[in-house]
Formats: sequence, structure tokens, C-alpha cells
Amino acid sequence: MTRPRVALLAIAAIATLVVWDAAATGLPEPFRFPAAIALGSGAAPSGAHCTAN
Amino acid sequence: MILRRLGLGALGLAVVLAVALAAGPQAGILVAIGIGYGLVLEGLRFGFAGPWRLMIVERDARGLLAQLLAIALVAAAAFPLLAANPLELAPAQAPIGTGMILGAFIFGAAMQVVMGCGSGTLVNAGSGNTIGAVALVGFVGGAFLGTLNAGFWASLGQLPLISAQSVAGPNGGLWLTLAGLAVVAGFLIWRAAPGKRRPPARLFVAAALLASLAVLNLVVAGQPWGIVYGLGLWGAKLATAFGADLSATGFWANPVNAARLDQSILTDVTSLTDIGLILGAFLVMRGKRDPGAPPAPLAPLGWLLVLIAGLVLGYSSRMAFGCNVGAFFSGISTGSAHGWVWFAAAFAGSALGLKLRPFVLIPARRQGVAA
Repeated sequence: MTRPRVALLAIAAIATLVVWDAAATGLPEPFRFPAAIALGSGAAPSGAHCTAN
Repeated sequence: MILRRLGLGALGLAVVLAVALAAGPQAGILVAIGIGYGLVLEGLRFGFAGPWRLMIVERDARGLLAQLLAIALVAAAAFPLLAANPLELAPAQAPIGTGMILGAFIFGAAMQVVMGCGSGTLVNAGSGNTIGAVALVGFVGGAFLGTLNAGFWASLGQLPLISAQSVAGPNGGLWLTLAGLAVVAGFLIWRAAPGKRRPPARLFVAAALLASLAVLNLVVAGQPWGIVYGLGLWGAKLATAFGADLSATGFWANPVNAARLDQSILTDVTSLTDIGLILGAFLVMRGKRDPGAPPAPLAPLGWLLVLIAGLVLGYSSRMAFGCNVGAFFSGISTGSAHGWVWFAAAFAGSALGLKLRPFVLIPARRQGVAA
């Protein structure tokens, strides 16, 4: 299988996951979007990071 | 070729805009940063697992020195930012523990087996490397399974959180980190073979660009660059789709993680940069005149072992509180002592992984399978 085909398969799989997930959980409310930039927003970070358990 | 590259640029921009419309401007910016990571890592051939292999096998320190330079550049910006904005920005810090050290060692071995670390596996999958794509499937599963046992590995014993800031304060911690990086760089230069000590200009540029993107990641997301959390979340989403109830598990019952599970992937900052990174690597590969030959096909047993190695890669990254990005790159650059221990343990594991690689990447013809 060629590189472009493998890459397209990988991207298609992730796109499917994102679309399915958005259909299942819904997209965030536009008026509740987080600030574009965390710095200066006054909001605490989510804490969802690899280094947190 | 120019038209194709313009088209690819338009595709990247379209994805950024679509995500921004669907999940907000922060999400769009984070996908753009992720695309930037992919462009730098694939376009300028800046890696983590490869340079570690070159240091171990050929005493070629150039790639590893570029990594240390990038970490130092991030630290120089991140330490003051974190000190001045403790409520809005968080470092990538975790405790040192038995499970963490074991996990880093295993991760180091596994990343040499599949020829890709956390970021490397995403880059490989995005650029059409079949081994990377298969390893990514295992990585997602392993990172999820690792969350289920996080409490067990922590129970094996761990120290209180130690950081450069807690030892020497914000300014002293930065100098301590930079001094540590300089000592390691000096050791590598001393150990390196002649002619393999000075990174080429390409890697200096890549280090500077990667550091800029990582600082931007911190400023926009409020937390440093990571990889593994997003992949574990994808695995958890798939598990719940198949009926798994994760509300009773310690990790996913945590309100922070439960919120991510209940909301769209597009609200998770790590997932956004992961998606962007894969797309960025894809854009580079498609923008080349010749995308290159795919890796040599493996025997069926080889593919199975790659999948298992990917699973181990993901699982061990949870044990170790992060991969080469979350623990090593972001951990050290934001002051975590666990990043240094991760580095030592994973480097030792890499030496083992290089010995294991031939037993995993079994070429198709060795088993008489037509290529």
C-alpha cells in the first residue's frame, strides 16, 4: 500500500471518530466557547494532561 | 507542484476554520499549532526516537543536542510565564515513582521497536508509514488501558512532587534547568564521535520553531504540549461506544477526566494538537514531489508484534506520566523533576529496544510471504 493511501486511511479513521463523537456528545455551545487564548483569560486550565492522573 | 502545495495549504486552513467554527477559536488555534508541529517534525526531520538511536548506535549526538536546545528555549519562556500566571497556566509536573520509572524504561524500549515515540507515531501515521499507523492503533488502546491501572502503578510508591521551582524558586529553577541541560549537552558532546557533535542548521531551525510552537501551546491551551492524554481519551470514547462503563474507574471518575469523556473530542486541547500534528505530517508528505516508498512489508507475526508494541507504548506512557513530549520535552521545560528521571530511564530502555527491534519487525520474506 502506498504512503498516501495509508495516510488517508489514518486521517479518515480519525475524522470518523471526531464526527461520530460530535454526533454522540454534541458540539460545545457557541456562547460557552473557552477564551481563544488561556493567558489573560482568567480561567484555570482544564488539568487534562498526560502528567495528571 | 506549486498548485498542489497551495491546495494542501488551503486544506489545512479549511480544517482549522472548520474546527474553529465547530468548537471555538481556541480549538482552531490549537489545531493550527498541531499542524505546525507536524510541518516541523516531518518537514525538517526533527525526531526523538531516531536521534536517541543514533546516539546509542553511532555516538551521533546532533539530533539529541537539538532536542535539548529546544527544551532550553521553551524553559526560558515557560518559567517566567508560569511564575507570573499561576492561575491560568499549569506546568507538566508529576511525581517520581517506581511505576513511573518502570513505565519510562518500557516506553523507551517500545519506541525503538516501532521506530516512533509519542509524537513520532503520529508523524509516521500521518506521513503514510504503515508501521506507524498500526502502532497508533495499539497506542490508542494502550493509553486507554493504562488509565485503568493508574492507581495501581501509583500505589507502588512515589515521592512527593519535586520541581525545579520547588527546589530553587522560579528564577533559580530556570537556571537549575538550563544548567542541567548544559551538563547533559556537555556529556553528549564529550561522548560523541568526531564530526557528530554540531547539529546542522536544519535542526537549529527546527528546534527554534518547535520551541516557539510549544510556548504558543502553553499560552493558548494553558498547559504544555502533550500527546498521550488525547490518545487515551480516544480509546475511552471507543470503549464507552462498545458499552464500557468507566464511571467506576478512578481515572475516569475524576471530574476533570469525566468532563472530557462527556464532551466532544474537540474540547480536549491535547486531542486538537494530536489531530493537527497528524494532518501537518500528511501535508508535508503530500507536498513532496516523491512521497517515498512505504516501509518494507512485514510478516503477519511482525504486524501483530507491532500492534502489541504500540499497545505497550501507550500503556507505559500512562505509567510514566507522559511520553517523550508530555514528560521529557514539556516536563523538563516546565520544571518537573520527573522529566529528568523519565529521560534517564527511557534512554536506558531505548538501548534494550534496539536489541529487540529485529525480533519484532520481521520482514515478510523471512516467513516466505510474498511482499
